[in-house]
Amino acid sequence: MSEDRPISAFPDGLWTQPQPSVPSGDDTVSGDDTVSEVQRIRTPASFVYDYTPGRAPSRFLRGLAEKKILGEKCPVSGDVYVPSRGMSPVEGLPTTEAVEVGPKATITSFCVVHIGFGENAPPTPFVSALILPDGAAVSLYGTILGIPHGDVRIGLRVEPVWLPHDQLTTSFENITHWEPIDEPDVAAERLKGHM
Amino acid sequence: MSPDRVAVVGVGQTKYSAIRGDVSMPGLLREAAYRALADAHMTMNDIDAVVVGKAPDFFEGMMMPEPYLAEALGAVGKPLLRVHTAGSVGGSTAIVAASHVESGVHERVLTIGWEQQSVSEAMWALSFPIPFQQQLVAGAGGYFAPFIREYMRRSDAPEDIGILVALKDRLNALKNPYAHLHEPDITYDSVKDSMMLWEPIRYSETCPSSDGAIAMVLANSEAAEASSASSGVPPAWIHGTSMRSEPATASGRDQVSPQAGKDCAADVFSQAGITKPLEQIDVVEMYVPFSWYEPMWLENIGFAEEGSGWKLTENGTTEMTGALPVNCSGGVLSTNPIGASGMIRFGEAALQVRGQAGDHQVDGVKTALGQAYGGAAQFFAMWVLRTEKP
Repeated sequence: MSEDRPISAFPDGLWTQPQPSVPSGDDTVSGDDTVSEVQRIRTPASFVYDYTPGRAPSRFLRGLAEKKILGEKCPVSGDVYVPSRGMSPVEGLPTTEAVEVGPKATITSFCVVHIGFGENAPPTPFVSALILPDGAAVSLYGTILGIPHGDVRIGLRVEPVWLPHDQLTTSFENITHWEPIDEPDVAAERLKGHM
Repeated sequence: MSPDRVAVVGVGQTKYSAIRGDVSMPGLLREAAYRALADAHMTMNDIDAVVVGKAPDFFEGMMMPEPYLAEALGAVGKPLLRVHTAGSVGGSTAIVAASHVESGVHERVLTIGWEQQSVSEAMWALSFPIPFQQQLVAGAGGYFAPFIREYMRRSDAPEDIGILVALKDRLNALKNPYAHLHEPDITYDSVKDSMMLWEPIRYSETCPSSDGAIAMVLANSEAAEASSASSGVPPAWIHGTSMRSEPATASGRDQVSPQAGKDCAADVFSQAGITKPLEQIDVVEMYVPFSWYEPMWLENIGFAEEGSGWKLTENGTTEMTGALPVNCSGGVLSTNPIGASGMIRFGEAALQVRGQAGDHQVDGVKTALGQAYGGAAQFFAMWVLRTEKP
């Protein structure tokens, strides 16, 4: 360590600053002093994917095409995960048994979204909720409609609203949203650990 | 051979802002790295290895930028490692760098965390379309807001605790020249009246998107003492480091106060001999991207009993003048270059111990805690620094 060396420690010749190529003569924009150097542009970028879901997600997506919500059971605890990646995150073991859960479910928590999220999102404000299907150990995400957002609460009972039968595909989009059902609320304390 | 002692002997930060249009990504890293080297009275020639970290590549759409950044840093030929732990990465990266020194493999290691959020939309990056994710989650705020709502329900905290946190952190940021948001006109009412984004989270209770980088120089005992003798600034000695993680989705998991966070705190306090954190720690920098995470982490770390963390916010304990100042720098609520945000917590803890925090310096700091979290509140990193050599 020494103070007499410069802070920049590039060995001579390792690094040279590239010289920008400056257009000259007739290439320049003449007669317009308002043209300034372009420093940033905003441009959309996207990729097209072929998606192969794998064993458990395939089972889940095929179930949705039949208006069934299929979870997978942990072989040790019996907890049902939905949608499952094909393994129990607690035990680190493959799940082997598919179990239908729901369709009735309980809101474990939620927020009211006030900012727009693209053309496929509901008009704001809308409720984005964690929803625990009956028989499942963990919640999944969904949109709550059919109730003023100020009336949504933890413990509220809901059920999914599906696309018309002729529009069903192997997609989570088959469930357009969830709506309240006429059943008593579940006590919030019973929902801890299942959000 | 016993493990070597490790200290922070240099901290360098960029000015944080929404768009640092004057520098490229390599320029951001250079600015922080060379400031850290200058602070340590070292040059890049003195550095044995470089450990870097940033948030996932899809945040900027640039895959594996670290190999080309080695050249921009003047670190060609030096060992360079990148760490990946989502939002906690800045903290994890510093801990990995420290382990390089503690193990005796290297004497002086440069560590850098950064993000250039202006070249992308992190909110969209976190809102994957079907089939990669379930349904509309609506960004990080949409993910975390339900857990904040559950905390409010369980703790029965007054509704304005989040407002108090946001106001405190943004006012603290006015004392930190590097902070992104400087809002001198902010008031309780302006926070309260700001737009709800993901109710219960308001706009002014939400972190910004920032460009920026932070770097630290970590050194072993001999190199730290030599650096300190040259720079005249005391080393910030590391007394404990810990990382813990847990699955994002698991039956029985409590996202309001994750077990991994509790375990991480218990481990780092055990290493540092801390049994009464509220009494034994002088200042805390913790990762609070949404205001309510201050009381939530105060409980998770063990500064307060479950359900009562909000009282430390309400009674002023976490103010700069309080018994446990939290986020004197302005915190993540004022500056959020995601991959740097965790390391800023760790680096600000070092600045407080080294007495270099300027206008946001707390008097007489002997022990400081840095905390970071990431992912679905599933990755945790913490370190304890002291003026005293272990």
